Parts: sequence; structure tokens; C-alpha cells
Amino acid sequence: MNAFKRLRNFAMEIWLPLVLFAAWWVLSADSQSVYFPPLEQILTAFREAWLFAGVGSELVPSLTRFVAGLAIAIVVGVSLGVALGSAPPLRRATMPMIEFMRAIPAPAVLPAMIAVLGFGNSMKIVLIAFGCVWPILLNTIDGVRSVDPLQLDFARVYRLSRRDRMLSLVIPAASPRIFAGLRIALALGLIVMVISEILGSSNGLGFVIIQAQQTFAIPQMWAGILVLGIVGFTVNSAFLIVERRALRWYHGWRGSQVADAPG
Amino acid sequence: MSELEVRSLTRDFHSGSGVTRALDGVSFAVETGEFLCVVGPSGCGKTTLLKCLSGLMSPTSGEALLEGTRISEPPEAMALVFQEYTRSLLPWLTVRGNLKLVLRRRGLGRDEIDRLIDNALASVGLGDFAKHHPWQLSGGMQQRVAIARALVYQPRVLLMDEPFASVDAQTRSDLEDLLLRVHAEYGVTVVFVTHDIDEAVYLGDRVIVLSHRPTHVDEVVPVDLPRPRDQVRTKEMSEFTHLRAHVLRHIRNDSSTPMEVQ
Repeated sequence: MNAFKRLRNFAMEIWLPLVLFAAWWVLSADSQSVYFPPLEQILTAFREAWLFAGVGSELVPSLTRFVAGLAIAIVVGVSLGVALGSAPPLRRATMPMIEFMRAIPAPAVLPAMIAVLGFGNSMKIVLIAFGCVWPILLNTIDGVRSVDPLQLDFARVYRLSRRDRMLSLVIPAASPRIFAGLRIALALGLIVMVISEILGSSNGLGFVIIQAQQTFAIPQMWAGILVLGIVGFTVNSAFLIVERRALRWYHGWRGSQVADAPG
Repeated sequence: MSELEVRSLTRDFHSGSGVTRALDGVSFAVETGEFLCVVGPSGCGKTTLLKCLSGLMSPTSGEALLEGTRISEPPEAMALVFQEYTRSLLPWLTVRGNLKLVLRRRGLGRDEIDRLIDNALASVGLGDFAKHHPWQLSGGMQQRVAIARALVYQPRVLLMDEPFASVDAQTRSDLEDLLLRVHAEYGVTVVFVTHDIDEAVYLGDRVIVLSHRPTHVDEVVPVDLPRPRDQVRTKEMSEFTHLRAHVLRHIRNDSSTPMEVQ
């Protein structure tokens, strides 16, 4: 894609946010409302709190816990998902429990987590992992179950080792579904990251937002929410870049299936 | 001892409405290095037969033997080329990657693996496409990749399940000749299942004609046509026409049997 096309695509995605942002500025300029202060005040609070001292003291700890929790969720979710997806009796036995637990929202589990793990980093990381693991686990199981039976036959005929079957067949075949689960987990993880900092935290993005809300520092609250939005957007964009690279074969393969004719 | 021996192979399928007998005492033998074609009316269980031969399915009774040893699971010395090549090739691997995968178990050195892969790809005329992904290739090329993958595995017996059914006529002729060249070059024993009678007579040393379901061997037709075969010269011969008619007559007669009044 040439530079002009890239610029044009970028422009197509940025013009509406800019317009809405400008509208927000103008419409809120004379606002007297406590909960919806002028955008100017919010941006001032944003600059003071987050550029750039706040990044190190609040954002880094939060994101570190987020990444740690997500990593645990990925390892547990994918390995358990492959195991359960490959063993129908095991899957059937555990499915009711999985469906039960994935329905529990993280905030509901927070008090119990605090009781067991206290207020520290480990509690937050475990809570994030708990929130993120379910979409990954369920999508992995789904992906493993939907491997083309013909490919499994191929693996049997050519006597692929168990390791080769897992690493070179099952997991790549399931990877589109796994990435779909990852995308959901990513969004969920940021939310749980904020939730985990509601009670007894001493630092973090969620902590700043909650504390600002409780002390009626509303512009600071909105500034924090703005940061959260930016972080979410950035994380998602980074994820999309990784996914596009990892699933390049998938997009090519699907594209060819639509266009193909025998011969 | 025959390379491959099938003794009274019987296979039943159970469903809600009862038991269907797909194969009923199929028996034949395949000699080493032979090119054996199997034809039969539609729905006669050709694929079921191949699944039992390849060890993917267990027969209800009877057995298949590879060099005297009973086949109960996919044997090491046997490869299978599937009809649906798009689905059997792995889309996340390149052509080279697909071939490399079946060699992993052999414990060979990297140079040896590369040599085998290069040879197999050269045999099927795809030497320049090692770095492509299967879905970037045409249907005929993909089936050639599947054949190359079977060859690189160095089997003694190659089973083929209507491999050219999904390609156009032009490509099919090219693939048939490719297969004959490969058979001559590698000396592998081939069991080739097809619904195309012309193809069966053109390719085979013998043609096994299966009956309508419940399937047994109706007749074994020796094909005495000279090798190397040629799409024009061989098909011009009167012997070819006779053989073809003979096989067709058997399949036709057999297909009409269920409608005869006792």
C-alpha cells in the first residue's frame, strides 16, 4: 500500500473522532455541571497528571499487572483448552463447571479474592487472569473441536507424532478461534484491571480514576477515563497487528476459497 | 507373498434404521510394484474399502494384510492421497513445510530431508513452488503437492482415493501421465480408486470391478496394454476400447441387477 493510500485510510478513520472532539470542546465550554466539566479543564487535568510523571507511577504498574494476568490466562486457557477439546469425555464432565464459573463477573469475585490473597499485586493479577481465561478457554476448546476431520485422518495415515499433531496441526488449525477469544480477553482484562484497583490499592490507573471519583475531582476522573480509552485503543491496535501477521495464512486461504475454481 | 492381500473384507454400518452392509467379503491381492485400479458403481463403498486398507477403519470381519502382517492401524509403509486435496494439505504451512511434516518422524538430517523434498517436488514438476502456500496454487498443482507429499514419505504402497475427480479433464490427463511417470520412477505399488473407467483402463495393470452394494469383487480384468502408455496412442488401440467396454458392461449389468425380478 503506497503512502497516499495509507494517508487516506488514516484520514477516513480520524476525521469523525476529531469532529466529535471539537464538538465536545465547544458544547462543554460554558458547562456549570459538576459531572460534565468543560473539556478544557479535563485536558488540563490530563496534562498535569499524565504527561509524563503519571505514566511511570500509575500506568506502568497497572499495565504490568494486566500483562501478567493475561499471560497466565493465555497459558492456562490454551493448554487446558487443547486438553479438553481433544478429550470429549473430559470436556463433557467439566463443561457445566466452566459455564458456571464464566458467568461470574469479576467484581463479584473481588471480595473473595481479597479475603484469600489480600490487597497486593498477586490478588490483582489473579483477578485479571480469572476474568480473561474464560473466553480464551472456550474459544480454544471450540477451535480444537472444529479441526477438519480430514486433516486428522491425514495425521493418522502419515503417523504424525503426538507432539507434531498438537503443535503443527491442532493448534494452528484452532488459532483463528483462539485469537478471537484473545481479542475478547484483552478488552475484558482492561476492565478487570480497573476493577481490581477499586479496593485497597495504592497505585494504578483504576486507582486514580476511582480515587478521583470518590474525592469529587471530576476533571481528573474524566482525564483518567480518557487515558483508559487511549490505552484500550492502543492495546487493541497492537493486537490487530500481531493477529494479522500470525493469521496471514488464514486470510490468504479464506480469500482463495472464495475465488477458486477447480483446475 | 503378495504385497497387499485383502481377505473377505466385510464392513457393516449401524444406524437408527438398522444395519447396512457396505462391503461383503471383498477379496483380492496386489503384487509388488503393480498398478491396480478399482472401479465400481456409485455408492459401492470404494472409499470404505480404502479406509479399511489404510487402517483408518476396522473391518467388521475379514482382514487386510500388508506383506503378511494384518493391518489394524495405519501402517508405516503406506501412504494415502485424498480426493479433497484442498482440505488435506495444511494451509498454514508452505509446500515445503507440508512435505517436511511427514518426514519429521524419520529422524533424518536436514540435508537429507531437503534432498528428498527437492526430488519429490521435481518429480511432480513443482520445484519452483516450494515456498508457496498450497492455497496460492491451482487445484491441479495442489493435487501434485499431495502426491509429492505421499512420495516423499517413501511408502511401499500408495493408496489413492479418486484423486483426479475434482480437476478438469485437461489437468486430469496431465496428472494421469505424471502418475505413470512417478510409478515407473519410484516403483511403488499403487491402488487407485476411481469412478472413471477410461482412467482405470489407461492407468492400470489390472482393473478390479466392484459390485453394487453389498460390495464384493465382481471381476478382475487384466490390462495387457503396452507400457509406456500414451494418451493418444493407447486410447486409439482397439484393445483399449474392448477393455473399456468390458468393464463398462460389467458395471452396467451389475447396476441393473437390483431391478431384475426374481
